[in-house]
Amino acid sequence: MSDNSAIADGVLENAHDEHPAHLRHHFHDVEQQADASNFAMWLFLLTEVMFFGGLFTAYLIYRNWYYPAFVSASHQLSIPLGGFNTLLLITSSFTMAMGVWCAETRRKSGLVLCLILTFILGLGFLGIKSIEYSEKIEKHHVPGFHYSLNSFLDPDSDAAAKAAGDKPLPLDVARHTELYFSLYFAMTGMHALHMIIGIGILGFMIFRASAGAYTGGHITFVENFGLYWHFVDIIWIFLFPLLYLISRH
Amino acid sequence: MSENKEHALHIVSPRIYVIIFALLLVGTAITIWASYVDLGVLNPIIALGIACSKATLVVLFFMHVKYATKLTKLTIFAGLFLFMALVGMTLSDYISRAWGSW
Amino acid sequence: MSDTIVSLPDQSTARIPKMNYLSKENGLLSWLLTGDHKRIGILYLISITFFFFIGGALAGLIRLELLTPQSDLMATDTYNKVFTMHGVVMIFLFLVPSVPATLGNFFLPMMIGAKDLALPKVNLLSWYLYMIGGILVLVTMITGGVDTGWTFTTPLSTHYVNTNVLSTGLAVFIAGFSSIFTGLNFIVTIHKMRAPGMTWFRLPLFVWAHYAASILMVLGTPVLAIAIVLLALERTIGIGVFDPAKGGDPLLFQHLFWFYSHPAVYIMILPGMGVISDVISTFSRKRVFGYTAVAFSSVAIAVFGFFVWAHHMFIMGVSNYAVLVFSLLTMLVAVPSAIKIFNWTFTLYKGSITFETPMLYAFGFMGLFTIGGLTGVFLGTSGTDIHLTETYFIVAHFHFVMVGGMLMAFLSGIHFWWPKMTGRMYPEKISQLAAVVTFIGFNFTFFPQFILGTLGMPRRYASYPAEFQILNVFSTAGATILGVGYLLPVLYLTWSLKYGAIAGDNPWQATGLEWQTQSPPLTENFVEMPIMDHEAYDYEWLERKNLEKQKEVASVG
Repeated sequence: MSDNSAIADGVLENAHDEHPAHLRHHFHDVEQQADASNFAMWLFLLTEVMFFGGLFTAYLIYRNWYYPAFVSASHQLSIPLGGFNTLLLITSSFTMAMGVWCAETRRKSGLVLCLILTFILGLGFLGIKSIEYSEKIEKHHVPGFHYSLNSFLDPDSDAAAKAAGDKPLPLDVARHTELYFSLYFAMTGMHALHMIIGIGILGFMIFRASAGAYTGGHITFVENFGLYWHFVDIIWIFLFPLLYLISRH
Repeated sequence: MSENKEHALHIVSPRIYVIIFALLLVGTAITIWASYVDLGVLNPIIALGIACSKATLVVLFFMHVKYATKLTKLTIFAGLFLFMALVGMTLSDYISRAWGSW
Repeated sequence: MSDTIVSLPDQSTARIPKMNYLSKENGLLSWLLTGDHKRIGILYLISITFFFFIGGALAGLIRLELLTPQSDLMATDTYNKVFTMHGVVMIFLFLVPSVPATLGNFFLPMMIGAKDLALPKVNLLSWYLYMIGGILVLVTMITGGVDTGWTFTTPLSTHYVNTNVLSTGLAVFIAGFSSIFTGLNFIVTIHKMRAPGMTWFRLPLFVWAHYAASILMVLGTPVLAIAIVLLALERTIGIGVFDPAKGGDPLLFQHLFWFYSHPAVYIMILPGMGVISDVISTFSRKRVFGYTAVAFSSVAIAVFGFFVWAHHMFIMGVSNYAVLVFSLLTMLVAVPSAIKIFNWTFTLYKGSITFETPMLYAFGFMGLFTIGGLTGVFLGTSGTDIHLTETYFIVAHFHFVMVGGMLMAFLSGIHFWWPKMTGRMYPEKISQLAAVVTFIGFNFTFFPQFILGTLGMPRRYASYPAEFQILNVFSTAGATILGVGYLLPVLYLTWSLKYGAIAGDNPWQATGLEWQTQSPPLTENFVEMPIMDHEAYDYEWLERKNLEKQKEVASVG
């Protein structure tokens, strides 16, 4: 075996001339490489499913235990804002899918446009989220030291509760609204963190895309990022009805 | 092993994307409308059902899983199955105690 | 009939091959920025050994304290910190990465005929995450430690202690991602990078074991991550998810924690079982009996392992119905492990057995893991568990499977593949001595703990009733012997790097693809892509190949 090393160098050097620059040496061909990274991305998304899964488990338990408190607390969320955010995210998924198509069909300016649109829509989502969060902060609905039960003990003092026609909650029930907000902030916060990371990568991708990095046949990065972005959208698709639409009647 | 030709072979057309996009918007509208109507125990079922359908559309078409290899589909199924196990088996504990809270 | 299968090249003319993965590049950066899975395996080996001895020192402190019934060596609070850090270091920084990150990283690509893992940069990232987690644990230790037990049970960890729960949690979170990325890399590699002819059922069982463990790593660890995140939020802001005063349930943390931590024990043991399959086959010169059963049992352990976690919570307040269901499922999960033991035993039957060091450790594994596993049945039975849980019976149970099982398998693997990794043989006599010393030391240390547990000595207590002292003294004496047994390999393996006999390509005459290349291997593993045309553990194929080679040499000469 060991005496083959002399031949080895020759074999490897010849191989260099024949393959695309982006093909890593441990793969035979670009298909294998693209396939492997695609599969790796899906496995990573599985880890994300299990990560958010813990939060969904906690949510399901407490929503069932403390349903009235969760209903009242959810009335503090604005359906127009939440619904509009859902719109933004679904559209951003559409623009991202179109971006992948542009990369597949080598449309450079199309790709850049789609990525920029996705970026803007993502930022818009985060903007509205921060408006929602600041509202919560003002009203002392952030769990922890300054959490206030006033909106639930005395709904008439609170515009959102009054509009939803809530009755005052007894004290022990009202206490459980803090759990709702804990899960609200944990779940939407974790989701927002994933959005921020995604938007950051999008920024990087826009630069690379305008340099033609993804429209030369090597679309793996865009494709795999697309998977990530759609996944983040899917999380929101579940968060929206679970948090905002518990019961509005 | 060469069952890895999915990218080369199938490019999903923008037409499909537009249709799915429209379906997702419709689903969102229905889900919002349904939350204002008292359907009793059906409310959460409908909400989750619509959410699952929307997610399925995103997975199948935006994420190209409809045209992907068996391995990809199996992987997704494994993840969802385990998620169900986490939720289901944990809930099985909670459902069978804390009687007053349910 | 010789009593060794070792076949070394002529020592007077043999040399380490000049071109190999170690000599290819020099300098610190060539190691710290490497993408070579073999170098990363070596990096892990060094760091894991370092953390093992830290965890071992902590174990020494525990055993020293327990020599006397009173808590006289250290304050009880300090003792709590010592056993917590022992658990955290040994589990997260040693056992979980042990075989996968060292031997798995090194040999998985070679065994399937690939040039590297699918994602070399992610592999390197894994090591850096591991080091960051490890260093953070050390910092935690130095700045006051944690005293909640490695299980971070709520509400103790969220509301009642002032120690470094957050930094330890962060360290475990980061090390968890190291584990996730390693598992992810392995799964992709095994699916997508097998050489032509390397079908699933021709893979070495080492690969099957790592595949199963990787599934657990990828799917289970994220749940631990979210448990830690929620723990941190509860501890800092007081979000209430685990706080009864706010309507939360402390048991929820345990559900999420054990959802990972039970599969974690299979993450720890499965790769070791993979090692044992390969070692037993090689040193009985026989293919593994019931290859398919062993392969499927690995996957079965992984699958069933996800459904039994609440058997760690039988006394914590879960419902009786949950206890029933989880107890039943726990009985099921024992079956695949037993299947493996039976198959290894049948492999030995009518084999040509020799007793080199890897095989000694493998025998130790089979006996001790069986005992550990059987005692697990007493614990899985909810009735007896109520008496035995949180006593030294549990401590003995998991040390039998983890130390008597996994650590022995790790040492078996290190000795088995040492010639391939380094090109050198370790000294056989002293290594056999070390194996025997370890076995004796282990039994003296942990067998008394079964008795202590049934007698009622609680775990995690610095003091105990005086009547338990004699057994504790036995245990500590054994621990001293065990310590010697573990120190010896560090010494003689290091010695062998310079003075060991030159190993040649295949000193064990084993059948894996990794043994058909030079020792140490080339950076790219294979000169040309290997084609797998024989079944796994095919010793007839090896014989034919050797005959052909002899004919070639003869005809050329």
